[in-house]
Amino acid sequence: MNVNEQALEAFRQEVSTWLEENNPGDPGFLLPESFMEVGTDAQFEYLRAWQRKVYDAGYLGMSWPKEYGGGGKPQVFQDIVTQEMARQRVPFMTNTIGLNWAGPLILERGTEEAKQKYIRGILNADDIWCQGFSEPDHGSDLGSAQVKAVRDGDEYVINGSKIWTSLGSYAKYMILLARTDTGGPNKYAGLSFFLAPMHVEGITPQPIKKLTSEFGFCQTFFHDARIPANCMMGQEGEGWQVAMATLMFERGNVGGQAGGISMMDLNVNDVLELARRSTRNGRPVLEDPLIRDQMVQFLIEAKSNSLMGAKGRIPALNAERPGAVAMSGKLRSTELKRRFCQFALSLQGANGGRFIAPAAVDGGKWQRIYFNSFSATIGGGTTQVQYNIMGERVLGLPKS
Amino acid sequence: MSQPIEFTEEQSMLLDTAMDFCGKHSPVSLVRARLSDEQTIPAAVWQEIVDLGWSAITIPETYGGLGLGLSELVPVVESMGRHLMATPLVWSAAVAHTLLLAGSEEQKNTWLPKLATGAVATMGLVELDGSWLLDEPTCTAEEQAGKLVLTGTKCFVQDATLADMIIVSVLLAGQPRLVLLDKAQIPVAALTQEVVIDETRRSFQLDLDGISVGLESLLPQTCFAEIEQVLMLLLSAEMVGGHANTLNLVIDYLKTRKQFDKYIGSYQALKHPTVDILIGLEASRSHVYHGATVFDQADSSSADKAIALRMAKAVASQGFAFAGDRAIQFHGGFGFTFECDAQLYLRRALWCQYQFGDETYQRSCLAPLLLD
Repeated sequence: MNVNEQALEAFRQEVSTWLEENNPGDPGFLLPESFMEVGTDAQFEYLRAWQRKVYDAGYLGMSWPKEYGGGGKPQVFQDIVTQEMARQRVPFMTNTIGLNWAGPLILERGTEEAKQKYIRGILNADDIWCQGFSEPDHGSDLGSAQVKAVRDGDEYVINGSKIWTSLGSYAKYMILLARTDTGGPNKYAGLSFFLAPMHVEGITPQPIKKLTSEFGFCQTFFHDARIPANCMMGQEGEGWQVAMATLMFERGNVGGQAGGISMMDLNVNDVLELARRSTRNGRPVLEDPLIRDQMVQFLIEAKSNSLMGAKGRIPALNAERPGAVAMSGKLRSTELKRRFCQFALSLQGANGGRFIAPAAVDGGKWQRIYFNSFSATIGGGTTQVQYNIMGERVLGLPKS
Repeated sequence: MSQPIEFTEEQSMLLDTAMDFCGKHSPVSLVRARLSDEQTIPAAVWQEIVDLGWSAITIPETYGGLGLGLSELVPVVESMGRHLMATPLVWSAAVAHTLLLAGSEEQKNTWLPKLATGAVATMGLVELDGSWLLDEPTCTAEEQAGKLVLTGTKCFVQDATLADMIIVSVLLAGQPRLVLLDKAQIPVAALTQEVVIDETRRSFQLDLDGISVGLESLLPQTCFAEIEQVLMLLLSAEMVGGHANTLNLVIDYLKTRKQFDKYIGSYQALKHPTVDILIGLEASRSHVYHGATVFDQADSSSADKAIALRMAKAVASQGFAFAGDRAIQFHGGFGFTFECDAQLYLRRALWCQYQFGDETYQRSCLAPLLLD
């Protein structure tokens, strides 16, 4: 389809106006920064209603096929919506696992029946999805998953537990990686992938209290839980491949997501904005030369990360160690964020010691963001493991 | 600005050629042998550099140059830095840029074609107090009977005894100005070699007392901000090169040296900081090529240029100094000896770090540009 620039500009204007008029505004409590942090019913219901409103207006899943509930339009329209959402900083789309990972996976590999059954509910947030990949004993070593799925007639019987199940208490479905065969040639061969129903006897999402005192994820226990055999995606033993395809969507390496923002994209300029309105002993904090120096240092580091991204796209400038920029990206960006969030507390004087409450600076958002930033420096391979990987795979140093 | 980093096919070819050339002409054994030479580089090697056209890169075609930008000079300087080559190229390029922006037609017509074909030029900008404020010299020029009478002392004049001309900064009637000195106007006794931390350099103190030149030696304009930017960029490019080879030196040692029956590179206490050296290198290189891109773009504002180049200098200085420092430590007892090459890189790093502002100073200059 040929879309002319003028039509796109008009569309951007339309979306921008719609978002301004329909932004649900301040709920009177502190909203989470991403779907991983949804901890109260009030937060959840507020975000679910907002996603539904966006979908009903036709601004979500715009490029997904019409027959399943999508908009059937070129991707560029959805991209414009996503950009405008980010620009206006409206709340995020909370059914992230469904919209960005499970949905694209089902559209790419699912049966016709699965598409009919799941897609619309993902988009309108009627059916919340969660992810069952990580396990308590295996951190980010997904290949070692031990949750068992044993075939019994038309069902599989599931036993074990999964951890870091965001939205676990609210989810109707889980993308589940489980072991159907313990005797395969390697640990990957015995894994299978399920679009598992959560509202089944024997499945118990147990909310876990985080260091922030909030509930933001669950440990999900399976005790002889019986799920239909036909909810398997792919064949028995193909779970690892399907999980890897899912991670491609998760990491944004391939398109196909429903669109919309999935988190509040906090960056170093937000800290600068905080610094500009903060005082120390009654004077603007940016009059303090040491604070200025640290702030500039963070701005330089943020610029370094964005410029490394630009350099990474020029093969001639990465010939010697082609993986260096890409493989260090997670490490660099998550550590920088953790440090500048920590710095944001130091701008608050004695109020740095407050926590989530009306009297705190921005309601305690910065304290909470700092704590939550550890989820990224720990999850998906800790910073320290990333250092090992970089040292061994990029620099060729001997294994630790 | 279209792209944060522009890197053309031409730059890529220059980078390949220069890496190859510098690797061949400046193996570390020769770097060491040249430490005691009178000049930084043998005349024959400089001639080869000139023959390759590198001295002509940034000089406009009307003056016999190639009419390219600093973006094309950066890959060459990076390659020289990588192999610890010390050549007059950086300073000659800075002089060419100065003449283009601030020189008279006659000065340009006289000197630019010569510089393109290998004449060596350098600058006396810094003084004994070590100040980084280039537009606040204390040396003076006074007009007396149709002559400029110079007084004061310049230092850190690189390759001064090799130079065919030197541009110095002075105060004239209270204003910072630039004066061009032909080799013939500089008495041999006016130059005294300085002991500097980077032994690959030939650095001189220039005593201006007793030197007087004609009024035509004064540059009609000044361009201190641009001179500083050119030098920050080229020094940063040199640092990126040195940083890269420091990393290689460390990796080699970590992969071959055993302690307690294990390769020392298997210890995380050494492995993780080595990854930091790598990340620092990637950051510096990105800033340097971004800085070159911004500098060469016609629509960059002076603030754009200042931000990009001060950031490049800050990141490159901090990264290379860290790499050099860790390289000594990670070589253990051997690192404490002159024989270990790590000292060559650390000394290079420190020299570059303190010329034209270290990272702390750069951040203090960036603060008003970024925060206010």
